[in-house]
Amino acid sequence: MKVLVAVKRVIDYNVNVRVKADGSGVETSNVKMAMNPFDEIAVEEAVRLKEAGVADEVVAVTVGSAASQETLRTALAMGADRGIHVVSDEELQPLAVAKVLKSICLEEMPDLVIVGKQAIDDDSNQTGQMLAAMMKWPQGTFASKVELNDSKAVVIREVDGGLETVGLSMPCVVTTDLRLNEPRYASLPNIMKAKKKPIEEKQASALGVDIAPRLTVVSVSEPPKREAGIVVEDVSQLVDKLKNVAKVI
Amino acid sequence: MSVMVIAEHDNSSLKLATLSAVTAGLRISETVDVLVAGSDCGSVAEAASKIAGVKRVMHCDDPAYAHMLAENMAPLIVSMSEGFTHILAPATTAGKNIMPRVAADLDVAQISDIVDVVDADTFIRPIYAGNAMATVKSGDAVKVITVRGTAFDAADQTGGSGSIETVSAAETADSSAFIGQELSKSERPELTAAKVVISGGRGMGSGENFKLIDAVADKLGAAVGASRAAVDAGYVPSDYQVGQTGKIVAPDLYVAVGISGAIQHLAGMKDSKVIVAINKDPEAPIFQVADFGLVADLFEALPELEAKLT
Ligand SMILES: Cc1cc2nc3c(=O)[nH]c(=O)nc-3n(C[C@H](O)[C@H](O)[C@H](O)COP(=O)(O)OP(=O)(O)OC[C@H]3O[C@@H](n4cnc5c(N)ncnc54)[C@H](O)[C@@H]3O)c2cc1C
Ligand SMILES: Nc1ncnc2c1ncn2[C@@H]1O[C@H](COP(=O)(O)O)[C@@H](O)[C@H]1O
Repeated sequence: MKVLVAVKRVIDYNVNVRVKADGSGVETSNVKMAMNPFDEIAVEEAVRLKEAGVADEVVAVTVGSAASQETLRTALAMGADRGIHVVSDEELQPLAVAKVLKSICLEEMPDLVIVGKQAIDDDSNQTGQMLAAMMKWPQGTFASKVELNDSKAVVIREVDGGLETVGLSMPCVVTTDLRLNEPRYASLPNIMKAKKKPIEEKQASALGVDIAPRLTVVSVSEPPKREAGIVVEDVSQLVDKLKNVAKVI
Repeated sequence: MSVMVIAEHDNSSLKLATLSAVTAGLRISETVDVLVAGSDCGSVAEAASKIAGVKRVMHCDDPAYAHMLAENMAPLIVSMSEGFTHILAPATTAGKNIMPRVAADLDVAQISDIVDVVDADTFIRPIYAGNAMATVKSGDAVKVITVRGTAFDAADQTGGSGSIETVSAAETADSSAFIGQELSKSERPELTAAKVVISGGRGMGSGENFKLIDAVADKLGAAVGASRAAVDAGYVPSDYQVGQTGKIVAPDLYVAVGISGAIQHLAGMKDSKVIVAINKDPEAPIFQVADFGLVADLFEALPELEAKLT
């Protein structure tokens, strides 16, 4: 069985993101970058399937600039077998990424695709579902548990009201939620080994899919600032403020 | 402009998030049509037709839609989409599951989690966990949108007199099947709709200790939430999580107890009207957004708070 995982290079989740003064976007120069946390979970899940003897190959794909290769190397160091780097200097929107992933899927014919539920930069939460639609495959989004048996995937999903279980025929797309697993750190020997693993490069523009942006970013601005309030002395004062000043209880 | 809103429901009653999506729709067009797809969901169609501003309810009743599986919902929505310029759904786990599939089938972008409508093509949405607000303009013929519930008031559930039209099922897939669900049972108000929310974090120390939170919640008629750390530690179920990747809440009063205030948590609650933080660390970042901060040990403060509330 072959598993494909999609990994995106994003601003590290610990970075305090700043809006550019000209409103054209957020500051990305000299900012620490990392693999999207949900994609680490996706890679971990795929590698565990391989370690369990369920999967025989794990292929990691990224779509992005030359620097995204770093992210792909991280996936390889975590245990993916090989990488595909779809090069695009423009940041592609989810619809375009899904089209790129579709063309990779048609070539690779994976049995399972695992992607993150959302990229923590655009917070779109779309790509996996779009890919599934384009492939006419079923989807198990926001997965907190995945079990594969008899060419079926049983996925437990984190939904607003609790948990939901769905059964999907394969191939299918799974999108990861935070509690699916705890991703490993790549060990130094594995980081060294990853340098020798193959990465295939393709140009996004050469795939024959429409990757033009459909949304124009008119501007990016700071959210309304919240002023820090006051520190109360004790519980009595807190209750008094809530009753008589804020009038919320 | 012609707007379709996808109703979210449990086959017997309408989920409140639908009402916010209707309000967003009414910012685009004078009336909206609502699609109610489900199984034995006549009462929902009835309720939807009474929402102020609803002109027509498209009611599709078929077991295939009982659990709103995206693989079945998307083809239905696409089959009904002719003539609509906008298709809106609440940005709930159901909406987020279904709408990108609809957009892909229509070959258009999907616009996630909008918090404001600038004009019929232009919308505002948070990015980077709400650290930035993006104004985006769509060039697509159909706008497929999910709506952040806390950003739009609920539409009036009465006063409307929409017609109800029965529509037939679309193609269904057998590649996906609902197997079961484990829904959290609670007597408390729903987290995203509650006027008061009290959340506990890693500082609670155990699930057992959440009874201190529960006791205060009982007095306040509050919903109970949690940070990711509290959920990961197994103190409370995952549907309690408030934040960038959990639920977005904006109650009149939000009380954060034993929560440090990581950016990912703030993303889910910083639009609350009044924020209270109880934390023993005066340096905790949560105090930077709190209207009222109490530097105290929660194991002393919570019982005292409970006692002082009437
Ligand atoms: C991709 C990603 C997505 C995420 N999404 C979310 C999300 O949606 N929601 C979310 O909440 N987090 C999310 N996080 C996690 C987030 O970064 C923080 O790790 C998390 O919010 C921390 O939870 P906490 O404040 O409960 O724990 P901690 O940061 O450990 O804080 C515990 C606090 O309790 C206080 N405390 C301890 N004991 C006491 C006591 N006796 N009395 C009073 N105070 C006490 C401490 O002073 C401390 O401030 C996400 C992270 C990532 C990487
Ligand atoms: N440029 C990209 N390269 C690789 N994977 C991506 C890219 N963009 C999105 N993805 C995948 O799609 C998931 C959801 O992203 P999004 O729909 O943008 O929130 C991410 O967690 C990744 O797994």
